[in-house]
Amino acid sequence: MRRIAGIGALLVVIAVVTALGSYDAETQRFTFLSAYNLENLLQRLGLYGVLSFAAAFVIVTGGIDLSIGAVVCVAGCVLPWLLRDLGWSPLAAVPAVLAGCALIGAFHGVLVVGLRLQPFVVTLCGLLLYRGAMRGFTGDETMGFGDSADGLRWLATGKLPITAEFGLPVPLLVLAAVAITTWVVWTRTVWGRHLFALGRNQEAARLCGVPTARIEASAYVVCSLLAGLGGCLFVLDVNSAQASSFGNFYELYAIAGAVLGGVALRGGEGSVPGIVLGVALLPLLPNTIRLLGDSDRLEFAVVGGVILLGAVADEGLRRWFGRRRR
Amino acid sequence: MTAAPAPLLAARGIGKAFGGVVALADVDFTLQRGEVVALVGENGAGKSTLMKVLAGVHRPDRGEVRLDGAVVDLPDPGSAQRAGIALIPQEPSLCDNLTVAGALFLGGELRRGPWLRDGAMAEQARLWLQRVGLDLAPNQRVAVASPGQRQLLAIARALRLQARVLIFDEPTSSLTAVETQRLFALVRELRAQGTGIVWISHRLGEVREIADRAVGLRDGRNSGELPRERVSHEALVGLMVGRSLATAARVPHEAGAPVLRVRGLRTAAFPRHALDFVVREREVVGIAGLLGAGRTEVLRALFGADRALEGTIEVGGRSLVGHGPAAAAAAGLVLLPEDRQQQGLLLGMSVAANLSLPTLRTRGRWLDRRYERTLADATVRDLQIAARSPEQVAGTLSGGNQQKVVLGKWLAAAPKVLLLDEPTRGVDVGARAEIYARLHALAASGLAVLFVSSDLEEVLALADRTLVLAHGRLAGELDRARMSEESIMMLATAAEVP
Repeated sequence: MRRIAGIGALLVVIAVVTALGSYDAETQRFTFLSAYNLENLLQRLGLYGVLSFAAAFVIVTGGIDLSIGAVVCVAGCVLPWLLRDLGWSPLAAVPAVLAGCALIGAFHGVLVVGLRLQPFVVTLCGLLLYRGAMRGFTGDETMGFGDSADGLRWLATGKLPITAEFGLPVPLLVLAAVAITTWVVWTRTVWGRHLFALGRNQEAARLCGVPTARIEASAYVVCSLLAGLGGCLFVLDVNSAQASSFGNFYELYAIAGAVLGGVALRGGEGSVPGIVLGVALLPLLPNTIRLLGDSDRLEFAVVGGVILLGAVADEGLRRWFGRRRR
Repeated sequence: MTAAPAPLLAARGIGKAFGGVVALADVDFTLQRGEVVALVGENGAGKSTLMKVLAGVHRPDRGEVRLDGAVVDLPDPGSAQRAGIALIPQEPSLCDNLTVAGALFLGGELRRGPWLRDGAMAEQARLWLQRVGLDLAPNQRVAVASPGQRQLLAIARALRLQARVLIFDEPTSSLTAVETQRLFALVRELRAQGTGIVWISHRLGEVREIADRAVGLRDGRNSGELPRERVSHEALVGLMVGRSLATAARVPHEAGAPVLRVRGLRTAAFPRHALDFVVREREVVGIAGLLGAGRTEVLRALFGADRALEGTIEVGGRSLVGHGPAAAAAAGLVLLPEDRQQQGLLLGMSVAANLSLPTLRTRGRWLDRRYERTLADATVRDLQIAARSPEQVAGTLSGGNQQKVVLGKWLAAAPKVLLLDEPTRGVDVGARAEIYARLHALAASGLAVLFVSSDLEEVLALADRTLVLAHGRLAGELDRARMSEESIMMLATAAEVP
């Protein structure tokens, strides 16, 4: 609980400030709290959340994956191509895209574990490689589904009606499924135990007989697989993907969400509730930024500032608790 | 020999080298069922390497390991554990983000398919913890455990493996007297059940108490063995040291006035023991002791690399208090660290850049390149550093030449006291003699030299006087007439003062 207290408090403060600041004197309503805005917020949370869980799997082992945004781009360009241009059924196209992304992760895993290359280098090259390849593949044309994926798009744009005005966005449910699965894997399976053990002290885990190579590599597979799932959802949401920009910087949002949620970059530390809270902050910020006027130009500055604030709050609270324990 | 059953464990002709350094030349080792064998030897004799080969941590370059007479291949720790061999390392590294039960079962979790059986593991963990007398709950984090508790946890883990061969590497170094006695009782119990036990220890009293047989290693080779009846302090020291190699005849220098005065120095590692000593002009003083006796800590505290808890350090009448390395160097006290690759050199930079780093000069606001060049040329020539040019990258030099670069950079600072930590580790024999001669010449020119070495031959060859540390305490001081490998080992293995 302590771990997530800092980020939880920051989340509440920013949400309250944003809500109060959104008061519109003309309509006498808080626009932040409108059903439309909340639905939108939760949908974004679902989409970005999947990517943060992708990043978390690798960070927990003490690694990093900078290619998440590029893998999003791969999924975003290939899925429309399979559905619209090749006319595949969604039941074949989605598993094929996910399998392809998992293969990318396996490639990373082999390079990191087999050749002992730095994860940073491997995935940085991957970032450039996959995006470049997609630009060549699509000829920089915008990819879209036309009407070939109308049923499938429900996954990204659908809502489960709760009241007449408000419905739960389906991507949030996807995130819930990913989060619960991750939680079960991390806390209840041998594989999860080994992920955390080798993330903290790889040599100690190896000396205990943990098959560290296989397990470390598997984290990269899961990461790219989840990134691919995220990419599918993102493209289904907007129905268009431009290889040069689709998914740009998403790896940084993904890593920021995980790290804000207490997944330590040194490895071996992280919790599912923490990640959910950390990632919840990200879609909130565009709302907050709107308070500063219609200035989208400040978005990066605000996102950077808030993430830094989160890291400071987290460290400050940790020290405060640390002192009290003594 | 009659047709006795095959020994539990038999290793034949084991050889292992790391890079060019031979750790094990050719070692045989056998262990019977229900036997406790003590493995003794000096630092670097190859004890830990041999045990790591048996536990699957290192693969041997040569030789074979047999279990119950059958040759076994041990490519990784997991397969050694499955074969029934478990190693409890000296400082067990544990994944401290796990719970006690999690660490206890790591790598051998109780499972139902992919699922952890945490409840069952916690329950069994309680029994194993009780068996070693470890007072921790199964669901506590390993992070809260003290070094002694971690040692016991590692022992509990090895017991949990139900290993037939248990290897303890310096098991008692972090245990209290009560915990040690409990461990002895446990070892006797396991021996009675037929487990074969290897016990590596520097504590000779302990060896006498627990071992059925003592096996000696020296320079990566067998140096003999002693049955239980013949184990004595003297016999064990003989097994460890055993040689009387002639040391280079050397005329002691006429020591002058004290240059380095140390009073009441307490290091963070051994806060209970205060050290007092002096080193004089033209004097070479060695610090001997076993691994972990606090030798490096003393040098680092003198140099200000670590803060000393207490004590006064005077260099040439100037006292240093709460100083860092820069102040020490300015006062004329410099350190050549043991790990020269990490701490002594900037491996990726040129010889010239390394040599000039502590004494860089500027002309106006610009780096004085002329000084750098002059210094590098002169030092390379004087110390006979085998470099193609001063621009050669330091990391590409041999160990001996790297050490000369570290020495050269400090000589440029005109020191009064030279501190050296393992001055010839990783240096080949030829360059070693050259470094000895160089240090003697420096002492003759008026410097005070204080060095730490695990190599007793080196201590005898270099030192005018030797300080022996044991458990952080100054166990004794030997002048040249009384210095021998035996006399140093006797002091170094002295029991800890409670």
